Amino acid sequence: MSAIHLAINSKSYTVDVDPQTSLLTVLREHLDLTGSKYGCGEGQCGACTVLIDGKAQRSCVTRVGSVGARSVTTIEGLAKRDELHPVQQAFLEMGALQCGYCTSGMIMSAVALLQRNPSPKQEEIIDFMDGNVCRCGTYPRIVTAIQKAASSLHQVAAAKGGGQ
Amino acid sequence: MTRDVSISPVLEPERYELRAAAPYRFDLGRRDFFKFLGAGLVVVSVLKPALAAQESGGGRQRRGDSLPQEIDAWLHIGENGSVTVYTGKVEVGQNIRTSLSQAVAEELHVPVHKIELVMGDTQLTPFDMGTFGSRTTPTMNLQLRKVASAARDVLVGLAAAQWKTTPQHLVASDGKVKDSQSARSVQYAALIKGRQLTQMLPAEDPLIPAADWKVAGQSASKIDGRDFVTGRHRYPSDQTQPEMLYGKILRPPAFDANLVSIDTKPAEQMGATVVRDGNFVGVAAKSSELAAAAVKSIRAEWKSQPQISNKELFDYLRKDPEQGNDPTGDGDRFDLGKVDEAFASADHRLQQTYTVSYIAHVPLEPRAALAKWDGDFLTVWTGTQRPFGVRGQLTEAFHISEDHVRVMMPDTGSAYGGKHTGEAAIEAARLARAAKRPVKVVWTRDEEFSWAYFRPAGVIDVKSGVRKDGSVTAWEFHNYNSGSAGIRTYYEIPNQRIVFHEVQSPLRQGSYRALAATANHFARESHMDDLAHAVGMDALEFRLKNLTDERLWAVFEAAAKRFGWGKSRTAPGQGFGMGGGYEKLGNIATFAEVDVDRKSGNVKVVRVVSAFECGAIVNPDGLRNQIEGSNVQGLGGALFEAIEFENGKILNGRLSQYRVPRFSDVPILETVLLDRKDLPSAGAGECPLIGLAPAIGNAIFDATGVRLRSLPMVPNGLKLS
Repeated sequence: MSAIHLAINSKSYTVDVDPQTSLLTVLREHLDLTGSKYGCGEGQCGACTVLIDGKAQRSCVTRVGSVGARSVTTIEGLAKRDELHPVQQAFLEMGALQCGYCTSGMIMSAVALLQRNPSPKQEEIIDFMDGNVCRCGTYPRIVTAIQKAASSLHQVAAAKGGGQ
Repeated sequence: MTRDVSISPVLEPERYELRAAAPYRFDLGRRDFFKFLGAGLVVVSVLKPALAAQESGGGRQRRGDSLPQEIDAWLHIGENGSVTVYTGKVEVGQNIRTSLSQAVAEELHVPVHKIELVMGDTQLTPFDMGTFGSRTTPTMNLQLRKVASAARDVLVGLAAAQWKTTPQHLVASDGKVKDSQSARSVQYAALIKGRQLTQMLPAEDPLIPAADWKVAGQSASKIDGRDFVTGRHRYPSDQTQPEMLYGKILRPPAFDANLVSIDTKPAEQMGATVVRDGNFVGVAAKSSELAAAAVKSIRAEWKSQPQISNKELFDYLRKDPEQGNDPTGDGDRFDLGKVDEAFASADHRLQQTYTVSYIAHVPLEPRAALAKWDGDFLTVWTGTQRPFGVRGQLTEAFHISEDHVRVMMPDTGSAYGGKHTGEAAIEAARLARAAKRPVKVVWTRDEEFSWAYFRPAGVIDVKSGVRKDGSVTAWEFHNYNSGSAGIRTYYEIPNQRIVFHEVQSPLRQGSYRALAATANHFARESHMDDLAHAVGMDALEFRLKNLTDERLWAVFEAAAKRFGWGKSRTAPGQGFGMGGGYEKLGNIATFAEVDVDRKSGNVKVVRVVSAFECGAIVNPDGLRNQIEGSNVQGLGGALFEAIEFENGKILNGRLSQYRVPRFSDVPILETVLLDRKDLPSAGAGECPLIGLAPAIGNAIFDATGVRLRSLPMVPNGLKLS
């Protein structure tokens, strides 16, 4: 056991755990941030996806001791108070979920994609998201939701640009 | 042909996993209602006896003050106007929380978001056998509409009495009763204040016809969707309790293994509570890592028998079936005309064998349960399609009565027929009793693959005869083990012999979305394609020639039109095919386009068009979502999913070894909805799946001339010699 400092959703946490423990376990069991889900434990399904310094990472295969000072964003940290992130909003509007268990990981992966590539082509979305599993089969709706979120983000950016 | 919808049994014989569970009954006195609901208006829905036998497992004893026993739902309007609906059905992603809310909103004239549904809580909701068989929409949706409609009539009646007028001039609208002849109106809450009113559902209460629906019939997004996109919703595996421990089970190295010797001292020294009870060995500890380490430290010796592997499976299944002479009279056998004579006199005869592998449900949330004892009262939160069934299993496991168990079902991370049983609940409860603290057990993916149950594997033998003009005259169909759902043919064939043969399955098996209808339609629709080929007819023309059911005609024609059936190929390797049928009161026709790369053997499903009709549509977008999901999930079983096993072990029980459909597998999906407002609404979670595999198989045949008769069809690509 050792004291580990973490920066999650712009807050500081200290947890006393074995550094080998997975980040997912720490989020869920120690910090009660249960929005990130366990699906496979081997980085194959993406349900546990969080952002570490903006990059999509599988928290089930990330050792908490390896995170260091990098900033972690989970699904709980995405909305600004009551205002949903455009990707969250797009998932809702497109009905891009059934049971919703994959949704946190899908949304976090999509946010990472759009940060890296604000105008992804359909093939690029499919390629980037292929490590995330939805057993209910809402893939086509998720692709549409990501496209919709991309265009909302462009509008936001344009509005900001126009105001300057 | 005529359809006897009343025979669509809820308990198809292949729901193997349910056989051991006894149905348990709900019993509640009239005065109990207001004790936990508070004052207000309660409308109770009472099922007709025939339906009650299906949904609730038979008739029940009546007692003095008890309400009629066939209750399946009730609705409460509180003194503050809040509307709460209680149903034993559960939400596993099929979005019935939304569609049922729509039904209530429509009849009661309150906004959808003002309605709360309490679902699948054995203490608060009426008994329900379970959420399966696509029963929610044809039964519960209708019952709730009737309940809401009766509540509306009571409210209108109360307003009429208050204003000393007749109800004819009064209308319900937006949570109020309004007088159309004057400007006056009154809130529901004001009408109910200080009262305790109960109303049994009148037998005949006119419902709003589907053509006049305003809320139902419209697309509605997931009612609590915001909780899901923000990570706020608490699934069963997210539940916590103060002082909670984490449980972990020691799994045997093979199925049906017996414990010979065990040393649990190292685990105890780590501070874990260890339970050994027969072959059950488990630990509870302060963290999941500690629980996992403690289980790992246990030294155990097991003894197991040699068991068959997937390589010998199909020979095994056909070798020693129980005789299919329908001793139970539950539809295992169907005979019509003289099959052998018709077969002998046919112009073309065809005999083929089809197989389907065991596949896993892989619900993304594995089995999970949190159990807590207060003295001898057990509370369990768990993900299950049958909270009352799990309650029954717990009463059996712990020798306690039903009124000492409460099972609650938070909306769960999917099930697909795979969560009918209460393993995790029993495990958590056993550990919690020993540890004297709440215990949560969440299965790992490996455990979910090995220790849940599978869709049954099966062998299907089909023998048929057809005349030159394309009329099928003889049809013999034997299904070994996979099941009898969808086993009867909807084609008009004068001579038939159809038999379901039960077999002792080498693996634990049970319900899977659409049950055996997937296997039976695959065999039937592939075979029909071969017959069309044998007589040189177009596959669509051949089907329609042998089909009189107008609802099936309609979906085949609608799908063919959208697909562009009859168009010529534009590229080598391209192929077109179809499959369809009806199941669970729904009608589907699926057309597929594939692209086969002859060099690599890679098969890509390029486009799928589904036409679906399930009566009056309640939520069009929700329906499309279910059909798309069925097609995506169905791709796995059609193309590449198969469980490999040997000597009581699963060999590919991880997501890195067992391929499920991903983004890159998904074809263009087009859905045509036929809305029959004149017909009762039916469910849609299962039927749309059944046309896909044969449509793909027939398209591969069209592209290559290679007929694939085993599901999955191309686990390692297509071998073209």
